Amino acid sequence: MNKNSYANLTRGIIKENPTFVMLLGMCPTLGVTTSALNGLGMGLATLFVLILSNSLISIIKGFIPPMVRIPAYIVVIASCVTVIELLMAAYLPTLHSALGIFIPLIVVNCIILGRAEAFASKHGLWQSILDAVGMGIGFTIGLTLLGITREILGNGSIFNYSFISDSASPLLLFIMPPGAFLALAGLIIAFNKLREGK
Amino acid sequence: MTKNHQMFFKMLFTLTVIAVLSALVLSHVYNLTKEPIAKAKDNRELEAISEVVSEFDNDPFAEKMIISTTDKKDKLEFFPARKNGVINSFAIKTYSNSGFGGRLEMIVGFYIDGAIKSFKITQHQETPGLGSKADEPKFKQQFDGFNPSKHKFKVRQDGGEIDAITAATITSRAVIDAITRAINAYHNFNTGK
Repeated sequence: MNKNSYANLTRGIIKENPTFVMLLGMCPTLGVTTSALNGLGMGLATLFVLILSNSLISIIKGFIPPMVRIPAYIVVIASCVTVIELLMAAYLPTLHSALGIFIPLIVVNCIILGRAEAFASKHGLWQSILDAVGMGIGFTIGLTLLGITREILGNGSIFNYSFISDSASPLLLFIMPPGAFLALAGLIIAFNKLREGK
Repeated sequence: MTKNHQMFFKMLFTLTVIAVLSALVLSHVYNLTKEPIAKAKDNRELEAISEVVSEFDNDPFAEKMIISTTDKKDKLEFFPARKNGVINSFAIKTYSNSGFGGRLEMIVGFYIDGAIKSFKITQHQETPGLGSKADEPKFKQQFDGFNPSKHKFKVRQDGGEIDAITAATITSRAVIDAITRAINAYHNFNTGK
């Protein structure tokens, strides 16, 4: 793999991590991460949509007049999301019901349109896929870490495996919406400290 | 034709082509997944029914009956569970609109004498970690064998005999509301015959 491809693949994971550095797609980030499993599921769903939409847009970019590119991209992205939602409802019903309203909301996730506009519309198919994989993995890592943190603090369990007794009371705040902001802030501090330390 | 016109028709053409292609793909995927989605939904309900009734060997779906609520405004689904042809328990799909997050749907199972066996919440928007605990054994256990016609079927705060979930009294009330709706509909159905 040449240097350029490698850079495109890893950019989304650390240097421009969508959750911790660019703070994109905050709606699903804060909304679904009440448990590690939900975070992981949402991250993977976004990863698939991202790969699909980035490849399609990279393929059709030559045919689209610049003035109508945004509506064209949105139609393509919305179709990808709907296809994935239908497939999920059919073959992964448990995950589908856990993620609920947040799957259709992937359409308006800024990461998807952002990558289409900033990357896929200017680069070839292969590089666009690499970019999508990197960004998707970065987003998945972000959501899973946030889910793990909130589940440990707020529910005393990790991936549904409980490690405190029934009578103990965990910090419920972290499962509720305000806790999402606090946990995210904590993780961003840690992430930035780690990056500076390098 | 001026240059502007050409541009206009190009945009129109591109967007139309993209929209038509997307519609084609979507209708195709929709048709492909229609059956598995319906099956997954049925499976989920059947699973919930098996969880709340006694052991059965019939197909509760095939014997599904529609019963109406007391105010006649709504219909609930009634599923008898038979073992060797005899009904040993039954399940009713019911709902409550007074949950903390709005509508709450559940399937509740009864013994043949009208005592509650168990329930399974199939759809809810309660607070995770608080109201969502309504579907956990700790809260559910107290309903097993509880006969609402012999005991006060309310939460303790309202003078009843059910322990509400800590910090989720509204959800607990909604669960009781949904079960009460099912019981009333069942009595109506029985006496109406």
